[in-house]
Amino acid sequence: MKRISSIVDLENLRESILQKRGSKKTIIRLCLSTGCRAQKSVKVIEALEDEITKQGLQDKVAIKKTGCHGFCEMGPIMVIEPANIFYRQVKPKDVGDIISETVLHGNVVKRLLWKDPQTKELTNTEHDLPVYKKQKKNISYNSGKIDPTDIDDYLAVGGYSALGKALTTMTPAQVVETVVSSGLRGRGGGGFPTGIKWRICSAAPGDIKYIIANGDEGDPGAFMDRSLMEGDPHSIIEGMIIGAFAIGASEGFIYVRKEYPIAIDHLAIAIRQAEKCGLLGNNILSTGFDFTIKIDRGAGAFVCGEETALMISIEGRSGTPRSRPPYPAFEGLWGKPTILNNVETFGNIPKIISKGSDWYSSIGTKKSKGTKIFSLVGKVRNTGLVEVEMGTTLREMIFDIGGGIRKGKRFKAVQTGGPSGGCIPISKIDMPVDYDSLREAGAIMGSGGMIVMDETSCMVDVARYFIHFLLFESCGKCVPCREGLKQMHEILTNICEGRGEKRDIKILTELAHFMTTASLCGLGATAPNPVLSTIRYFRNEYEAHIYDKKCSAGVCKNLFEYVIDEELCNGCTLCKVKCPEQAISGKRKEPHRIDVQKCIKCGICFSLCKREAVRVK
Amino acid sequence: MDFQEVDRTLEKYDHKHSAIISILQDVQGIENYLSEETLRYISERLELSLTRIFDIATFYKAFSLVPRGRHTIKACCGTACHLGGAVRNLDQIERILHVKEGETTDDRMFSLETVNCLGACALAPVIVVDDDYYDGVTPGKIEKILSAYRTESER
Repeated sequence: MKRISSIVDLENLRESILQKRGSKKTIIRLCLSTGCRAQKSVKVIEALEDEITKQGLQDKVAIKKTGCHGFCEMGPIMVIEPANIFYRQVKPKDVGDIISETVLHGNVVKRLLWKDPQTKELTNTEHDLPVYKKQKKNISYNSGKIDPTDIDDYLAVGGYSALGKALTTMTPAQVVETVVSSGLRGRGGGGFPTGIKWRICSAAPGDIKYIIANGDEGDPGAFMDRSLMEGDPHSIIEGMIIGAFAIGASEGFIYVRKEYPIAIDHLAIAIRQAEKCGLLGNNILSTGFDFTIKIDRGAGAFVCGEETALMISIEGRSGTPRSRPPYPAFEGLWGKPTILNNVETFGNIPKIISKGSDWYSSIGTKKSKGTKIFSLVGKVRNTGLVEVEMGTTLREMIFDIGGGIRKGKRFKAVQTGGPSGGCIPISKIDMPVDYDSLREAGAIMGSGGMIVMDETSCMVDVARYFIHFLLFESCGKCVPCREGLKQMHEILTNICEGRGEKRDIKILTELAHFMTTASLCGLGATAPNPVLSTIRYFRNEYEAHIYDKKCSAGVCKNLFEYVIDEELCNGCTLCKVKCPEQAISGKRKEPHRIDVQKCIKCGICFSLCKREAVRVK
Repeated sequence: MDFQEVDRTLEKYDHKHSAIISILQDVQGIENYLSEETLRYISERLELSLTRIFDIATFYKAFSLVPRGRHTIKACCGTACHLGGAVRNLDQIERILHVKEGETTDDRMFSLETVNCLGACALAPVIVVDDDYYDGVTPGKIEKILSAYRTESER
């Protein structure tokens, strides 16, 4: 690849890429992100390649291996351009029909189209899908459209033009002020104004400064950062270079958790490509600005998502947080002024520079600007990634975009913000989603995990789940977090196992207050949120566990029984055959019974019964 | 243990102390665990105290100081998987293999691990055996999933 040594070079290269691509080829876009890969999209690619070679169509058809389209529930996802035909759950055996019908004759293969579960209507194209209609894709726009391992693809959609603009027409101070007035707030959790952070760091004394992208996405139930890193790594790199220019850093790091091998791979490829063409390295675009990026792999410690712990981990030590101040903007990595932003925050930067802060701040609510990517998962129909304007209501997200609750069950709560967040009940479903409303409701925006729960989710168990998670992830450095979590876990376990006592709710609340006030870092200070929010909104469930010894959701094993509804049971014997404890009896074609003395509540019968005759009592 | 490969890894990272986490990750890739012998060797070559190396090797969940089985089962315990019944699945795996999370079967066929989140939440509950993902897992499906690896290895 030729080195790009000026802004003119950059625009010429972009022009030549676009010209080369002017031909009217059919392009098959197939998602190779983790979600679709798990559903065997690699096998589909292989079958496609074979079929195209077999039919000699190499000049007419191109395959594009893209990142996440967002509609992970329906993976593997394929879109055929230029007609924008959307196929879902594509299998290798479908490839023959796709080529002969759609590619060669322009007909749609009906069985692969998305069907509305209620109206049974088919949708032909990607942009007509209801799941995308209420979304506003700014940051995740490229993912699913471009090949993330090909810098030409990124350049073709205007990539690195924001970098060109910043480096050649703006001063570092102008870049900082543009980000300040855009109103962008950190996408990793806290929601601190990004521009202000940059302003503080650029004013901090010192010749050596660092910039870090946090891709350690540790919140369970959140995967938007993974998808962005996998599907559009250059946008993060471009944002980082602009940030480095703004604060005067010459070295940057991307910290990615090792559970994301594809993200690490795609970022490494993108960095190599940017280095090769001179967008990273010395004298970028002949402006005299030098900047390099290294990737650091996390090693499975949730606490390393906390900024001071993350920096200590990059320094090659065990990542335990330290108290602040001094803030990293003054004393960060190796004691030097450092900026740490979430990868999605960096993904916003090129757009802000290209389109201006006025454009950006016109999107969203008064105090939360722009769009945000959420991972909408749990008991919702259309699981996957959604990007919406700040201020969109929970109802719009869960029911309009998410398609409502699965299997006709009732909505109970939505959990946002990961282990530091909280559970929001049905009474708040019309609340706009922005930093401040969520905080008021006892949750937080966090990195954007949104986990929907229905009547089969036990809220005490959910609280115990998060406390259990944090108990093992607490670094143990400060007492309130280490001991507080241990005590909370013990109490919650007692409640879930039927040993709850009257005083427990009060003790939990007191412990929560103590931990919030006295913990060293955000992990401990926000750890009680899942407990507090479930006590606040679902106190009746706690009381049912403590006083009645009942878990109506059928989760806490000691507090419910499985029974077979004799009206519904048709005596198929499947549960009886599969029961590991021989606890089920009954003759073929006659209603079966569960012996509660033998039942270990493994849930096999419950999950196997096609007639839903196994019930929780 | 082939220390030549360890040497190559150390060189790749310029013998830098700050790269110790990456070094241990790469070295673990060779044998699937970190033996005491290996850690002592790294400590000597890097002139870095064994205490610090052990601190890191025990702090980060990715490292194992005991040998692992031929196949690694990762049961995802992320929130979406938890709500989907990850605990029941884990119970079932433990019952079938007679091991607890973090342990390896006596025949060294399977190691059972739990992970916080694999980022495949839309497919919950998920278990991963080696590099194969299984989505929408229920306790009833586990026996079949695992037996495929057993028969494959017996061939």
